[in-house]
Amino acid sequence: MADAVFVGMPKRMVGLSIDGRDVEVVEGSTILDACRRMAIDTPTLCQLDNLTPINVCRVCVVELEGSRVLVPACSRKVEAGMKVRTDSKRVRHSRRLVLELLGSSVDMSLCSPEVRGWMARYGAEPDRFGAVATVAQPVKVDNDLYVRDYSRCILCYKCVEACGVDAQNTFAIGVAGRGFDAHISTEFDVGLPDSACVYCGNCIGVCPTGALMFKSEHDMRAAGTWDESAQNVTETVCPYCGVGCMLELHVQDNTIVKVTSPLDHSVTAGHLCVKGRFGFEFVQRRRGE
Amino acid sequence: MDIRTTGGPATAEEMAAVDSLLGPADSLWSGGERRPADDHVAYGGRSRRSQRHLLLPVLHAIQDRIGWVSRGALEYACRRLSIPPAEAFGVVSFYARFALHDRGPLALHVCDDVACKCAGADEICARLESTVGPAGGAWHRSACLGLCDVAPAALVERSGAAHEERQLGSITFEEADGILRGGAWPREAARPMPRQRGRMLRRIGEYDPDSLDGYLSVGGFEALARARDVGAEAVIREVTDARLLGRGGAAFPTGRKWESVAKAVARPHYLVCNADESEPGTFKDRVLMESDPFAVVEGMAIAAFATGCDKGFVYIRTEYPLARKRIENAIAQTSARGLLDIDIEVRRGAGVYICGEETALFNSIEGKRGEPRNKPPFPVEVGLFGKPTLPNNVETLVNMLDIVVGGGAAFVSIGTKDSSGTRQFCVSGDVERPGLYEVAMGTPLRALLDMAGSHKLQAVLLGGAAGSFLTPEQVDVPLSFEGTRAIGATLGSGAVIVFGETADMKQVLLRIARFFRDESCGQCVPCRVGTKRQEEILERMLASHGGDSRADVMLLSDIAQAMRDASICGLGQTAASAIASGLTQLKVLNG
Repeated sequence: MADAVFVGMPKRMVGLSIDGRDVEVVEGSTILDACRRMAIDTPTLCQLDNLTPINVCRVCVVELEGSRVLVPACSRKVEAGMKVRTDSKRVRHSRRLVLELLGSSVDMSLCSPEVRGWMARYGAEPDRFGAVATVAQPVKVDNDLYVRDYSRCILCYKCVEACGVDAQNTFAIGVAGRGFDAHISTEFDVGLPDSACVYCGNCIGVCPTGALMFKSEHDMRAAGTWDESAQNVTETVCPYCGVGCMLELHVQDNTIVKVTSPLDHSVTAGHLCVKGRFGFEFVQRRRGE
Repeated sequence: MDIRTTGGPATAEEMAAVDSLLGPADSLWSGGERRPADDHVAYGGRSRRSQRHLLLPVLHAIQDRIGWVSRGALEYACRRLSIPPAEAFGVVSFYARFALHDRGPLALHVCDDVACKCAGADEICARLESTVGPAGGAWHRSACLGLCDVAPAALVERSGAAHEERQLGSITFEEADGILRGGAWPREAARPMPRQRGRMLRRIGEYDPDSLDGYLSVGGFEALARARDVGAEAVIREVTDARLLGRGGAAFPTGRKWESVAKAVARPHYLVCNADESEPGTFKDRVLMESDPFAVVEGMAIAAFATGCDKGFVYIRTEYPLARKRIENAIAQTSARGLLDIDIEVRRGAGVYICGEETALFNSIEGKRGEPRNKPPFPVEVGLFGKPTLPNNVETLVNMLDIVVGGGAAFVSIGTKDSSGTRQFCVSGDVERPGLYEVAMGTPLRALLDMAGSHKLQAVLLGGAAGSFLTPEQVDVPLSFEGTRAIGATLGSGAVIVFGETADMKQVLLRIARFFRDESCGQCVPCRVGTKRQEEILERMLASHGGDSRADVMLLSDIAQAMRDASICGLGQTAASAIASGLTQLKVLNG
């Protein structure tokens, strides 16, 4: 007989109630996992399945019986007997305010349609604060591969996590400053060529607001030629090494304009390296060029 | 980890500052000279990365010696400690104490916070602006320096091989101006004796705070000896019986905290004495550390003994140099005499209010940005360096001496049913006798105000910036946890700032809004943007005299609720409370 293989302790199921309905999930799950199992649409900005929950955006907060304050669904682990409300007045209020406060300080026009849906659902009116300070600033273009437009940055920390221990372990960027002046920065705000950046582009892959963008996309948007409806997505495998990363080539007018990888892919978990992300130019060398 | 540094070499003096703490670099891999062997063997790895917690001490060494942190200096520190420069920049730019541009060796920090404002700090600042120039060069506006009993206060420092700093009290414009023109510094701020003393403050002034023998002569270390006699479990039982609630501001039952840490399975256990007292109007922990430092050390020794802590830290705000010196001396003398069985290390804060929040404090000791962590897990399970940790305030720990010697039953004989013992109150503002008052819990606020000499009262700010305003009609409130809670107020850190009839409450509210905007760590959206919007809207309302501001009041209340409900930590959760009470209780805008 073969040697026994340790497969870990069996996981128990934990029962809790969300919005008055009972649900059982595997222990160690988060409230967000439970909400998703029940098909309760929960807004998230700083949460991503391939990153460690950092619970800074607070848009996923829910009301937990016995807790003085609201708790972040994305990171709070379920406990037996929890009573959670995801659509109470307090929850709706905080979610609305988070979206409004962000909308009043950041250009969120390139966020996903989902975010616009949440803004509508919670009745967010970012303009109601009047003329107030924003994080508007010029776009940083300091290399040929990607640009950083921090006037679109909601400080979700995702790029820092992807650059750090959650994916790349390069640590080229961090959160600098404090309070409203907090921002994503390299050391002393040096350009990316002087920083530790290895151009893996994993920060672009996780950015929810378009603050980090392929330069090709940025240039096409500036020229008014960016048209997602005219783009095809072709799945392929990266041709460089033997790891077998899956690539999604976004192609417009027979030209690759952007490369991504699915978050749930078993090899990449959405992350690539500089070759897979940006090394596609050779494909587009046409005869005679 | 491949650390990329492109900023050019550090100067010899910058390297000397870093090396003074870390010793000379031993290889190219840690920022030193290239040796032939370095081409073949790489040094570093876990042992070097585990020095991350030395980042703040190293940054202090650079700031003290050079006066600012240049790119070369920071990158040298990064090589020595194996920290990515972008992360280290995030840390250095987080803390107010570290300058990122050369502003000269001299720095004068003039407190213009609420208590000093009442004492005329604004006039000093305005005159400095017109004669010396705007703040930000050699002089700076500062949040509360914890010298509210000798307001207006300032802190002056001069960087160099021999870094000098001095706390100044009752400062005048002429003195400030003289300092900035290179003149001699006024003498160290006076340290008034506590105005009202109970059992806790009885040793103050009775012995030389620099002398262990002096402390022993007033009964020092009897409590620790008694604790060792009765054993750890009995000590925790007495603390539980004493029903002591933490004196830092959150009022958590101390006995429960001690029991959890004592029972925690993971090892080692850490003890953290929170001496980052930065709540505007609060100076009790400073007085205790300056005048009774051995009692703080003894309290820590008792806590460590009872809960099985293997190592202790005292995190003292950098604006308290005298307290730091006295505590360092007390630890050194006590351990040299063999009275301490744990190692206690003093860590210096770096000018950021949020580091008084326990989990932000842990991150700060670990060499990170002082951003609070989400709870749970709680510090008693996962605290400093991820281990079970006992965080206690200075006043809480000093209370242990009487609890251990006299027993929990005797302790609860003073105070009220739900608030046992005495409490230190820091009275400042428009009173004849500002200072520290130790009174039994449950004493009416009015009695405290009478002791301090308050006339023509307009308002009291109870609990500091995170507290709330009381009207003259509310001063009969008993100073207990339950008494203040009943009227929607809080004792907080024990700050009692008194405003007379002439105080400009609009400016006070604005200062509090500015305080929170400045001190928000910036991590979570409700607090980062909420404190900014709160300040902007308040400014707008105060500027438009008598206009219809109902919409703005609504906005403030909406922001306040989201900050209270959805912020990660206590700073955001209380950032609107004083302003809300100012608008609703005092009706500041209606006047």
